[in-house]
Parts: sequence; C-alpha cells; structure tokens
Amino acid sequence: MSNNSKNGWSTPAALALPKEGYFKKEDGRYGPVFPQTPANYGFTIIVKVKPGREEAIREYGKTIEAAVKANPEFLGPLKLHYLRWVLFDVGSGLHFMYQGIFDTDFDKYMEDAIALFHSSGVTTVFVNLEGFPEDWKTNIPAVTKFFREHQRPSFLEYGEYPYVSAEEVKKALKLKAAFSEMLDQMQ
Amino acid sequence: MLELEDIQHYLLTRPHATIAQYNFITFRSAEAGRNWVNALSDIVGNAKTVMAASETDMRWVSLAFTFNGLRKLGLDEDSLATFPEPFRQGMAARAQMFGDTGRNHPDNWEDKITSEDLHAVVILFARDKAERERCIKQHDEYLKDNPGVEILSSLLIEAVPPLEYVHEHFGYRDRITTPVIEGMGIEATPGSHAPSKPGEFFLGYPDDAGVIPVQPQPEILSKNGSFLGYRKMREHVGAFRDFLKANGKTPEEQELVAAKIMGRWRKTGAPLVLCPDKDDRELGFDNMRNNNFDYEKMDPHGYACPVTSHVRRMNVRDSRVSRIMNRRLIIRRGGTYGPYLPDDAPDDGANRGIAVFGGCADLARQFEFLISVWANDPEFMELNERDPFAGSNDGSFELTIPKRPIKKKLKGLNAFTTVTGGAYFFLPGIKGLKYLASLK
Repeated sequence: MSNNSKNGWSTPAALALPKEGYFKKEDGRYGPVFPQTPANYGFTIIVKVKPGREEAIREYGKTIEAAVKANPEFLGPLKLHYLRWVLFDVGSGLHFMYQGIFDTDFDKYMEDAIALFHSSGVTTVFVNLEGFPEDWKTNIPAVTKFFREHQRPSFLEYGEYPYVSAEEVKKALKLKAAFSEMLDQMQ
Repeated sequence: MLELEDIQHYLLTRPHATIAQYNFITFRSAEAGRNWVNALSDIVGNAKTVMAASETDMRWVSLAFTFNGLRKLGLDEDSLATFPEPFRQGMAARAQMFGDTGRNHPDNWEDKITSEDLHAVVILFARDKAERERCIKQHDEYLKDNPGVEILSSLLIEAVPPLEYVHEHFGYRDRITTPVIEGMGIEATPGSHAPSKPGEFFLGYPDDAGVIPVQPQPEILSKNGSFLGYRKMREHVGAFRDFLKANGKTPEEQELVAAKIMGRWRKTGAPLVLCPDKDDRELGFDNMRNNNFDYEKMDPHGYACPVTSHVRRMNVRDSRVSRIMNRRLIIRRGGTYGPYLPDDAPDDGANRGIAVFGGCADLARQFEFLISVWANDPEFMELNERDPFAGSNDGSFELTIPKRPIKKKLKGLNAFTTVTGGAYFFLPGIKGLKYLASLK
C-alpha cells in the first residue's frame, strides 16, 4: 500500500483481498506478511478447542483483564487497536477465535507477543487448543508455526478512518483535550 | 557455566589484533574439506586459552560454515533439517524481508558471497601486518596440502586512522556498547543491559526465557556453537560529508547533524541524551557514564537524541517500545575494510566500508529482527523513516529531528551505505569442528 493512501484518513475506504490474504507474496521472518488495509494490520486465528476446556479458556479473559488493570501499558509494545476473543460452535465442535487489529504486521512482534503472554501466564490458554505444540516452552518456532497455520486472512476490510494508527488517534484526542483546556483558561 | 575450552574465542574475547582477514572458502570435495577442518581445528583458539593468552599467542583462527558447507562436509539430511530455517535458506533468500532491495539487492553483492559454493569462512586475526602475512602464508600451506579447498574471495579488515580510538570510515567511534554474559565475571556498566544468559549467544544453555531451546542435531555439533550473520556495508564517505555540509553551515552544526544521525557524538561516542548541545570527551570515554541513560524518562520525545537515530533504533532502551530488549542482542565482531579517506580529501570512489559478523543463538529473533524491524521498518514509531546510518535508504525517506517548537525534517535522505554482502554461518565449538572433520 502506498503511503499516499494513508493520507486519506478522512475518506472511508474498503479493500477486497484475494483468497491468500495478500496481493503479492512477501515473506517476513516466519511466513507471508499480510498487507496494510484501511483497517490496518491484524489477524484472525481460529482453532478447535480440546473437549471440556471451555471454562478454562473463559477464565483467561479475566487474567488479561486483571493484567491490563494492574498495568495499563501491559500490551503497549504490540501496537494494538483492538483484541476480540470469541468462543463459538456452529456444529463442528467448540472453536476459539482470536482476532487482533494492529498497527504493524504481526510477524514483526511475534516474539514480543509470546513473551508478554508468557510473563502473564496467558500462554497456557493455548494448551487448551488442539494442535498446540507440546514443547511450546522451548520451541518458539513451533508456536509461531501454530499461529501461522491457524490464521484465516480477511477477504474484505473496511475503515471509517482508514490507515490511522492508535498512536495518531491518541495524539489527536490529547490535542483536542489540550485545546479545550486552553480555551477554558482563556475565559 | 560456559564450557570455555570448547567455545571458539571469536564472540567471547577480542584478541590484541588490529588486522584481520576473512577468507571465504569452497570445498571441491568432502574429503578435502574435512581434512582442512581437521588440520585447522587444532589451531582454532578456544575462549579459555585466548582470554588467558599473552600477546605472543597467535592461535587466533576462527572457523564457521554455511548450510551448504555442512551438507558438503557430509552432515546427513536428517540433521541438516534440524537447523533453523533462516540458516537453511541463507541470507540472500531472505533479502526482501531484510529490506535489501534496489542497489542493496543480493544480485549486486560482492566477493562471490551468494555463491552456492560458499562453504566456510576462516577468520585470521593478526597483531600487525607482518603477523598477518605469516598467518596467510601458513593458511596457504594448509590449502596446498588440501588442493580440493579453495579461497573464493578474501577481505582484509584493517583499522583506519586516527588509531587512537576505534571508528568506522565516517568517523563514528565504535565498540561502546556490547552485551555482557552471565558467569563471565564481567559486570555490566551502569545503564547497560543486565548480563545475558549464555543461551542468548551459545547453543545448549538456558536463554533469557529460562529454558534451553530446541537445538540442531547432533548435540555434539551444536553444543557451544553460535550462529553468525555477516553483513558487508559499503560506506559512501563523500555522500555522507556532503549531507553534513548541506545541513550544517559551520563545522559545529555539521558535527551536530552527524551526532543526530547516530545518537552519539562522532569522535567520542558521548550520548546525546547526556550532552545534547556539545560534545563531552571525558563523558564519552568514561565507561561508567557513557551508557548510563535511558530514553523513556530522560528524553521521551527525542529532543536530545532523535527517535530514529541509529543507537536509539538498535538499542531502544524504552519499555514502551519493547520489553524484551535483552532478547534482541547480538555480539558484533568485525571492522573496516578499504582505504582511509582523509577529512579534506574528495571522495575517490574507492570501495570502503564495514564488514561485520553478528553472533547470536537465534538468527530470526535477534539478528534478523534488528535489521528488518528496528533498522529498516519505515513504520518504526510511525516515523516513515529508516535507520539513517544502517538502513536501506533511497531518497524517499526523511530524517526527523525533534525540536521545539516544530520538528525539523531533513528530506530526501539518501543512503550513506549500501549493503554489498551477507551470509549466514554456523560457528561450532571445538568438539563440533572435530565431529565435522570425522564425518564419513
């Protein structure tokens, strides 16, 4: 995506993507890199849950909530906009969907993510999923491969304010707050 | 505790050398290659002896192999498959990920470094020119005995004047920051990273995650080994000096532009965070102070040290950017090649630059991350910029210097450097070398 398209934040944009999730194959360190879209970067990982593990997984929602509450900067290095964790069963057994919207391709910060989840004990949520490598503690390449293999790329992404980073949104809101404060002071 | 008698000295100590030669080697036959490895393995310096060595000990040879080299020596396919993917593919195959495009593309690389026939590198250190001649002659004797082993290319590494401090061709002082390894009896200087676990650099030991990661097989080959990422970068000294002149009216202003590119003052290495307006020689050479700073608290906006400067990108020192900085470290070895260009001389077009090996345990997590993300990712900190010193710049990027009231943008930043070589090597332990020599 050219940098020019990023200047058009005020014009909503949609982008249809080929089946593979990218127009031209470009490899990152661990596999294909997916392009920036009007909804920035991200992934959708869908994996089948091992039988009887639903409650264990739901508990991890609270673990993340507590970790961010204790340290609001906890997930900062991942350059996230949003995370969504969903459990669903449409007839083929319970599945876990992990969707994230980022300001960077996840290939770049894979080790940061694994380390953050590891430090908060969240990595173990994944042991409740089918196919998660048994030797995940010592075999980061296998963990990376697991996430890669279960990534389901989008075929459409839309942004009401396309290509804008979370940092830019926060700066704009800070600026707005600073301006209102300034106007108050001038009364 | 590190098995120092089995680890090649290369990443653990710096011999008293001012000169080195890299010989890039090809094996015409497996047998010849194994004989050569066997002969050299007896004179490869291990860390224990080199660290204890007097200045007269000359066993400063290091030996490392490409993936094709291990295969050529006869390592079986099952074992080869246990080596990590970056090493198996080789650096040139991963050029796009690195950002090695345009004139940095492997098609333009020198020294036959991308040849399928590149099997090994032998690094010869010498205290002076006479000693280098002796080492080269001795190595030539080994080659005479093993006619199936040939030198594909050679590169002479030699310090450039003034010799009072180590620096590259642009004049930037080097070797100010280097990782310290736990259990080596060396304390990290104030402000430096805490000592790394041995497994960050040597295979077969616990790393900073507290576990011994899965290792290539067999263990006798991988234990005490490291991976090396080699990069040769040509430095365009004339273009660099022109840039300084175009952006600074006086020598003082030019020196400040040079410092803003690096994040440290050129001749002393004094960090901009601690002395933003004027160089401070005493501070630069004081190891107890020259790393004792951070960015997060002391310079969050980069008014002193630009966020995009080389040292701030390569060692981010900011937990808002990374909390696993200690997992991105490499041990750098190498130096300058090519003739010195005096300060007042016009660029003569000669090939000069730096040729560096980055040692680590995990090429993707450490070496590749540093170059592809922290140096070359234009999205780093939303700058739309690459590392102004080491990044692959082509005139389309900028150099942002944060400044009140409005930041200053130096536009059309051209590359002062071109990547002209790169390869991956495995640096085995001494037992690993013997194992390779004994393959059938």
